[in-house]
Amino acid sequence: MKYSYYPGCTLKTKAKELNNYAIASARALGIELEEIENWQCCGGVYPIAKDEIATKLPSVRALAQAKDKGQDLLTLCSACHNVIKRVNEDMRTDEDIRTKVNNYMAPDTTYNGDANVIHYLEMLRDVVGFDALKEKVVNPLKGKKIAAYYGCLLLRPDKVMHFDDPENPQIMEDFIRAIGAEPVIFEQRNECCGGYMTLNDKELAQKRSQCVVESAARKEADCMITACPLCRYNLEVNAKTKLPVIYFTELLAEALGVKEA
Amino acid sequence: MSLNTRIDRETIQHISGVNTRKCMKCGKCTATCPAFHEMEYHPHQFVDMVQKGNIEPLMKSESIWNCLTCFACVERCPRDVEPAKLVEGIRLAVIRQQDQNYLKAEQIPMMLDEDLPQQAIVSAFRKYKK
Repeated sequence: MKYSYYPGCTLKTKAKELNNYAIASARALGIELEEIENWQCCGGVYPIAKDEIATKLPSVRALAQAKDKGQDLLTLCSACHNVIKRVNEDMRTDEDIRTKVNNYMAPDTTYNGDANVIHYLEMLRDVVGFDALKEKVVNPLKGKKIAAYYGCLLLRPDKVMHFDDPENPQIMEDFIRAIGAEPVIFEQRNECCGGYMTLNDKELAQKRSQCVVESAARKEADCMITACPLCRYNLEVNAKTKLPVIYFTELLAEALGVKEA
Repeated sequence: MSLNTRIDRETIQHISGVNTRKCMKCGKCTATCPAFHEMEYHPHQFVDMVQKGNIEPLMKSESIWNCLTCFACVERCPRDVEPAKLVEGIRLAVIRQQDQNYLKAEQIPMMLDEDLPQQAIVSAFRKYKK
């Protein structure tokens, strides 16, 4: 199985391990990730405005390339996933945006939102399957209590993301069970870490991150996992309570025995 | 701050795509807002004030910079009003004016630390700069 893969800016720089462990693990699972050529940064947050076109173009270019190759577009960073999936929905359902984008880009064939966007975790759940994943685990992470932090971007808005139940998700807990560890459910798992506010209002980011990490620590988690580099930064740097925050792909690679590969 | 264009309800509705008349004033958006204590005007007030055309106080308020765009208010609104989109509409009405960028590139170097992901910078630029 081969996917078009969109890494995004941070996965090539500060979050290389999120990217590298994902590629190594995918290979171990028989899945090839073919990086989109000349991809451009998605912009980090979805451009909400109805009258903005230019900020949506990087996503459309990646989507159109995947469609031309006849592949699904696979994302890994929560922010890229949120941006690209929502722009795709605009291209599929908003005639005004679709027309303006296509007029501006003047592609050989118009893009109408028909590529499929899939997050790495969705690929594990829906394509590999957590039962099959469990069978491929050579190094089960027994006895480890892991708190899965979803944050906002994977889940909301549910009517576009269709990722999991936005108020009671379980995909990451199922993932944790598949790699042999024990999931820890905590109340703040789908509330905001503070996001980009770390640059504008540090105190607000510190307050939000502390609230999230404290909530996981109260349930006696050993560590937290995330798919988002900015969540990881906030939870590690801006929270007073200290818990290790790890990319889920690192634990996946460890369980599959490909961490050192 | 100089407001060099008159911004009315129709402009904000055009940018945001939000129909403020759908609001039934239950206050759930404000109750769930993680930036509640940092907001001078809360999500339900954005909806109410835009509906009444009382937009200038919102444009001058720090509240537009403190919205996290976490979409908690959007997800939990029983009437699908989508207050976060309205906050974005007001914010854009401000920064699209001449010389109203809230974050400037020159400010970035002093905000950097060794671990800060690029994602933080591109996201902040998209929210605070045209």
